[in-house]
Amino acid sequence: MDEPIVVAEGLHKRFGDVHALRGLDLAISAGKVCGLLGPNGAGKTTAVRILATLADPDAGRARVAGHDVVREADRVRALIGLAGQYAAVDEKLTGRENLRMFGRLHHLSRARARRRADELLERFGLAEAADRVAGTYSGGMRRRLDLMASLLVAPRVLFLDEPTTGLDPRSRGEIWDAVRRLADDGTTVLLTTQYLDEADRLADDIVVIDHGRVIGQGTPDELKATLGNRVDVLLEEPGSSAVAADVLAAMTGTAPHAPSPGRLTSPAPASLRLADVVRELDRADVAVTDVTLRRPSLDEVFLHLTDGTAHDPPAAPDTSAGQDVPADPNGAVRQAVPAGRGVGAGQGGRVGGTARDDEGEVA
Amino acid sequence: MAVTTMAGTGWRGRLRWTIEDGATLVGRELSRMRHEPGELVAALVFPAVMVLMFGYVMGSAIKVPGGGDYREYLMPGLFAMVTFSSVMAMTMKVATDASRGVMDRFRSMPMSRMAVPFGQTGADALSGALNLVIMAVMGLLVGWQPHDGPLRALAAFALLALLRYGLSWAGCYLGLVVRNEQTADQMLPLLFPVSMLSNAFVPTEGMPSWLRMIADWNPVSAATAACRQLFGNPGAPSADAAWPVAHPVAATICWSLLLMAVFMPLSIRAYHRKGR
Ligand SMILES: Nc1ncnc2c1ncn2[C@@H]1O[C@H](COP(=O)(O)OP(=O)(O)O)[C@@H](O)[C@H]1O
Ligand SMILES: [Mg+2]
Repeated sequence: MDEPIVVAEGLHKRFGDVHALRGLDLAISAGKVCGLLGPNGAGKTTAVRILATLADPDAGRARVAGHDVVREADRVRALIGLAGQYAAVDEKLTGRENLRMFGRLHHLSRARARRRADELLERFGLAEAADRVAGTYSGGMRRRLDLMASLLVAPRVLFLDEPTTGLDPRSRGEIWDAVRRLADDGTTVLLTTQYLDEADRLADDIVVIDHGRVIGQGTPDELKATLGNRVDVLLEEPGSSAVAADVLAAMTGTAPHAPSPGRLTSPAPASLRLADVVRELDRADVAVTDVTLRRPSLDEVFLHLTDGTAHDPPAAPDTSAGQDVPADPNGAVRQAVPAGRGVGAGQGGRVGGTARDDEGEVA
Repeated sequence: MAVTTMAGTGWRGRLRWTIEDGATLVGRELSRMRHEPGELVAALVFPAVMVLMFGYVMGSAIKVPGGGDYREYLMPGLFAMVTFSSVMAMTMKVATDASRGVMDRFRSMPMSRMAVPFGQTGADALSGALNLVIMAVMGLLVGWQPHDGPLRALAAFALLALLRYGLSWAGCYLGLVVRNEQTADQMLPLLFPVSMLSNAFVPTEGMPSWLRMIADWNPVSAATAACRQLFGNPGAPSADAAWPVAHPVAATICWSLLLMAVFMPLSIRAYHRKGR
């Protein structure tokens, strides 16, 4: 069984005028977590729906564990779990009743469905709320319940469509833990997300998509390596930025970009040393608060991949599904992670054209 | 996993799944009722208000054709109207499942293809039966009663249940097509005049002929007339009534079968239509 467990070849899907998928290719090896990363409207949900047999492609083929998702949909359905963008649970039933119902519909025996529900409730820390009606759950609890419902029969492949969009940081962390544990148990996971840090933390491989096609892929490290290093400078006096920009330009060969007043960032050649930057700035009498030499963030990789093309502004998050944070879910992430500090894992923020605005707000 | 795929092969296995899955969905309805018994009652608030409004307030001004007590005349109409309201209840339930993603979860599972529409309509039949019982008690309280023996009374209730089942398939289809809770919610008031445009509250004889034509062919009218006939309640149709009102039992059966013949295949197809 060398074939990847999930294969998509040249998927096309149109909705009227909208060409949601334009020849999407995808291959996921068994046991891996694949992060499908892309901005709002990139085609992530459409791709997942096709792979999960909920929609048929207009052109192209897809197989899950060797079974064609169109012709052998029933076989595929027996192997997959799906937790969609919205928590798909019956809000008028208790958490326990929901799980038992879905277990029965998976054709577990009554006793087995009962046991499985109890196991999952215990494992995901929902045992206390198990006998409350799901309508009274918080957004995070509902998502967890939804995730549990997709795990009733230990799926070979688990599809998670934006599992943490709209959740507060704590609930996000809980979902992340759950996904990581599943991955450790050997479940293949396809996870879509618009959050770079999420893909960075959870995914073995990242596939970046935009406008319905793949625009980059690799491990998080590989993706970042494509761009080389970055140097960030935070000035004490925003007034000195012209001088500092000249110094940096001379050292890196590129005019730096100023994401916000007093902050400069620029690609850095591999030969550039942090000590040299500090010394040169000091020599030019520029007082700095912070100088960082770091690998690029995925956000920068994304901007590079899309070549700065304009994107739809990220739509306001859909609040219809009972979420913890009705405001921009990014806000919480931004507070939790100081921008520009971390290497790799610390890049909060959503992909797409908002990176600069985001940084501006932090400063 | 091997076990789950095996059981579904062959028509016997599939039939077993359909029945089991359908039963699970009916069980879902029972659980919902247990958590919110108020909903059953809420569905009957409206008919209760109608009993008060028509039975006591306006009833005195309405003359029952052939004479008789107006509340006795009214109850069969309300039975039919509540039966008709299952269209709205089903549309709402199915559209809610569709817009909340529950329907997608069903679709992504290795369930029997028929189970969801059959389970949902089966569950509605259950709440429909409970509704009828409560309605009958309400009727007895305001002085209504069947006069022609328990067998004919049971036949009337069976007829109502049959019609409700047919109507719930229409609602199931609407819900699958609409797929949106809000839209379904906005559609609901539109269905109310449909049930009013019948012989449920007033005799159709007084209506302009074109309106009377529509009212007489309304399934609500056939069901109302059938109940009056079987319960022995006042309001026998006039000699010049249209066929469905003149032969109400046959007409109600025809309506029910027609609804099922049309909306069963449509619903099952709509449930399997992919590609949203
Ligand atoms: N049912 C639909 N009808 C019309 N357009 C759709 C439909 N579903 C998705 N689209 C469009 O297809 C594109 C991709 O959507 P989607 O797959 O939901 O993106 P993502 O999940 O990455 O945000 C978007 O432009 C979206 O508006
Ligand atoms: Mg999406």
